[in-house]
Amino acid sequence: MAAAAATTALAMVAGPGMVQRASAQEKTVKIGFISTFSGPTAVIGNDMRNAFELALDHLGRKLGGLPVEVIYEDDTQKPDIGVQKTQKLIESDHVDFVVGYIWSNVLLASLKPLVDSKTMTVVTNAGASAFAGELCSPYVFSTSWQNDQTPEAMGLYMNQKGVKSAFLIGPNYAAGRDMLAGLKHTYKGQIVGEEYTRWPDQLDFSAELSKARASGAESIFVFYPGGAGVQFVTQYTQSGLKAQIPLYQVFTIDELSIPRLKELSMGIPGAQEWVNDLPNETNKKFVADYIAKYKLRPSYYGAQTYDAAGLIDSAITAVKGDLSQKDAMRKQMEKADFKSVRGSFKYGNNHMPIENFYLQDVVKQGDDYVLKTVATIVENDQDRFHDKCPMK
Amino acid sequence: MLYFIEQCLNGVQLGMLLFLLAAGLTLVFGIMDLVNLAHGSLYMLGAYFAATFAVLTGSFVLAVILAVAASLVAGTVLEVVAIRRLYERSHLDQVLGTFGLLLFFNELVRLVWGPAGMSLALPIQMLAAVQIVPGFYYPAYRLVIILVALAVAGSLYFVVMRTRLGMLIRAGASNREMVGALGINIKVLYTLVFGLGAALAGFAGVMQAPILTVQIGMGENILILAFVVIIIGGVGSIRGAFVAAIVVGLIDTLGRAFLPDMLHRVLSTNAAATLGPALSSMSIYILMAAILVFRPEGLFPAASR
Repeated sequence: MAAAAATTALAMVAGPGMVQRASAQEKTVKIGFISTFSGPTAVIGNDMRNAFELALDHLGRKLGGLPVEVIYEDDTQKPDIGVQKTQKLIESDHVDFVVGYIWSNVLLASLKPLVDSKTMTVVTNAGASAFAGELCSPYVFSTSWQNDQTPEAMGLYMNQKGVKSAFLIGPNYAAGRDMLAGLKHTYKGQIVGEEYTRWPDQLDFSAELSKARASGAESIFVFYPGGAGVQFVTQYTQSGLKAQIPLYQVFTIDELSIPRLKELSMGIPGAQEWVNDLPNETNKKFVADYIAKYKLRPSYYGAQTYDAAGLIDSAITAVKGDLSQKDAMRKQMEKADFKSVRGSFKYGNNHMPIENFYLQDVVKQGDDYVLKTVATIVENDQDRFHDKCPMK
Repeated sequence: MLYFIEQCLNGVQLGMLLFLLAAGLTLVFGIMDLVNLAHGSLYMLGAYFAATFAVLTGSFVLAVILAVAASLVAGTVLEVVAIRRLYERSHLDQVLGTFGLLLFFNELVRLVWGPAGMSLALPIQMLAAVQIVPGFYYPAYRLVIILVALAVAGSLYFVVMRTRLGMLIRAGASNREMVGALGINIKVLYTLVFGLGAALAGFAGVMQAPILTVQIGMGENILILAFVVIIIGGVGSIRGAFVAAIVVGLIDTLGRAFLPDMLHRVLSTNAAATLGPALSSMSIYILMAAILVFRPEGLFPAASR
């Protein structure tokens, strides 16, 4: 019923010349969407789903002219579940695109079935280093970043500020190790300590904070996505360290954690490729409509996922709805020819964005705390693993 | 040295939190012979109650008191409505039943409070660190947790060892048929014990809320630790739970603090960075395995059962 109605609608929009094609195929584009929809990090998955649904609203519930069917699957933040759900989407749902992936470890586990089946894939958050390097694949794209890039930008900012030494803390999984490596790559000061904590269940950071205090470091750098970021910043404040050792962070303070941290989130600089106040028209519309529809503020997770819809739309438009032309779609996607919420970006040879990174800070606006762009740290930054990618 | 003491305090503080959770669990497991996986849900409810009451009343202390009372009520209702039907069943049925309750409570919390989680803000004077000796700071709220948990441990000990109710509880632990035969209403006793356990779990949830988290599923990981504690301490023993909680807290914290550095001296940086966190998170399970091999009744076995 719905498909028939959609086809009629399509025929009306497309005009008489297209009628035959549209009626010859009751065709929809099937999107498999993998994210975390249960457990403590379900807020991230919700933000991504909200943004994707909003993007579909903006595109008239169609991608490249085809009606859309989205199948949402919950990876429960576990690599083994993620790969099962990925296989299910490919083998039993026969989806045309797979979109999503928050967690680097879930992505790395799920990558092989995606690559082997040549499924068109748009990763909207996870950016494991191997995925940008030797595991890059012709049909897999990212609308986010490679993990190291954001902390690399933070390292550059810490150099600018003349921070002489740093104590690094992060979770012990693929992304945590990438993030700390990224900071060490650009940061020129002394690294006086490096701590990896159990992930995702360790929420008490007292031992690590005591260590940081005892180390005499001039700064602490931290990466804790999701709820763990709330705990880290809260405990950091309670330990009285805020007055002694300034904190620098990536992916720890965002629109999802700010409502819980409130004033505790202020005065802690972060780096990000997208901030809600970026002054381009696409972004203004995205942020305003998101707030109007969901009564929440979108985060970068949502922004990156919103872009995935634009990217897929451009690919399907280029092949006039013929989803079998994967190579033509891939060629189109490599141009990144769509309106991105971060202005525009280019793709590198490994299908990772080459993009700007901004310095952001939290300011109080009425009763709300919101992130604001402070400065551009680095322009057109390309990840440092693209040389390892065999695609040229 | 001061650094070592600070890390020990961190360990004791974690132990105290574990004790609050494990005390209720060990009472219920030891006396009622009920494996209660939903104990973590009561811990979660306590935290959500506190966060809600804090918003409503604007007072932290009032929120804590109301939340503990609400947990007590929630536990009592849960016992009467559902748990009561599980006593006569096998442990496997109990695990299945209470696991179902755990899933139910997670969904209930999602429906009532939403998936985003909440926060419980501390009063401003609790947000700082206190200087204990010159150059040695410790977060004020963590000190409060240690002191309050000690007070709870003391009063529990008093109730269990020195009052008539405690006598009945201990008697119920050793021989429930005999207690029933002596004319004690064992049903009411069980409801009371379960309610007390729920209040303790709720209190643990409330106390940790400002430093750790108020979110769905928050009780699940820590419940595993609490089970480790009661197995090491001896099922049904409050004293055992107290000692084992401190031991587990210390091992976990000191392992995290010192093991990676010690490994650095003998291993390459990379190997140490991988092995350190892995080993320190395994250490308490290794201890539990050792206890199960050499002293299967736990450190302080409750009176023979």
